[in-house]
Amino acid sequence: MSDYGGKQAWQEELYELLRSNDVNLFCYVPDGGHKTLINKSIEDPDVISVPLTTEEEGVAMCAGCHLGGTKSVLLMQSSGVGNCVNMFALLKNGQFPFVALITMRGEFGEMNPWQIPMGQGVQPVVEAMGMQCLRAETPNEVSETVQAALNMAYKSNQAVAVLLTQKLIGAKPF
Amino acid sequence: MDNDRSLDRKYAVPELIGNPDDLLIVCGLAGASKDIAHLTNDGDNIFTMAGAMGGATALGLGLALSRPDKRVLVVTGDGELLMNIGTLSTVGILKPSNLSILCVDNGHYGETGYQESHTQRGVNLELIAQGSAIPVTRTVSNEKHITEAKALIRDSNGPSFILLKVSIEPPPSIKRSMDASERKTAFRRALLGEP
Repeated sequence: MSDYGGKQAWQEELYELLRSNDVNLFCYVPDGGHKTLINKSIEDPDVISVPLTTEEEGVAMCAGCHLGGTKSVLLMQSSGVGNCVNMFALLKNGQFPFVALITMRGEFGEMNPWQIPMGQGVQPVVEAMGMQCLRAETPNEVSETVQAALNMAYKSNQAVAVLLTQKLIGAKPF
Repeated sequence: MDNDRSLDRKYAVPELIGNPDDLLIVCGLAGASKDIAHLTNDGDNIFTMAGAMGGATALGLGLALSRPDKRVLVVTGDGELLMNIGTLSTVGILKPSNLSILCVDNGHYGETGYQESHTQRGVNLELIAQGSAIPVTRTVSNEKHITEAKALIRDSNGPSFILLKVSIEPPPSIKRSMDASERKTAFRRALLGEP
């Protein structure tokens, strides 16, 4: 078992940052790169932690959370963006605040060719659907970038995709 | 399997729901949104869609998890639900007791020319809801069933899933707002007192 996605300091800090911004619902499709955030959300008694069957459920769920007054975040891998495209229309039409944290595959150092097409497609796809796209390349960029995304979402009604890049997370060894 | 499709949705949906004022209602695109916009006069306690097909149940689930103090009802059609049938499993594992799902099943894709849906060809959405671990399920296809199922819309032992079998009579006509941003803001003002 590799330590891909294993505990790193920035992941712990990221969870605390989200919680200190009153993000109270975490929804996700299981992902190695998000392991720390997912596990911490499951263990946190003050958080609703929701495993999804497909990422597009999470897009609609986050919109429903906003209707009820709850801040939420969607955790997914780059391949999941492709599953969400039509549901992003809900965010655009409704001007819903939305933050997705996307662990990237298919870019820097990728060793699985099946990950390349969607990985390369993520940024053009989310931008084509009217979302903002921010990238974090190094550990010390993560908190600042995610805070920027939360501000753009909850202060300016933007839908924001934060790409946690493969350079940050490391190329998965399979 | 119950294949009776004699109920008219224009009668059956309002009859099942009763006075909608105490509910927060999320509607899937097309017929279901028209049913509920008509019932509430496009009220501020509903969020209707005209796209984002497959998102209604997840949106209602997010709202129900966010507001456990309120009754949340998802009203959607067979085609809309089939597009993201996995969401019933997510409802089933979380089991929010304040959520009910009403699927108005006419067995057809009414917006696109009344092509048959899978439910017209043997697929049973109530059994799928049961298999998705939703604890309370019911199929409603006649007057007697309506009387029996009414209470499930507000059943605190939920989540509940009601499969309402209806004819292909069209939904009521209603001019509703298609501005999702404006409807979102009105919904939040009514519920939260802020935009």
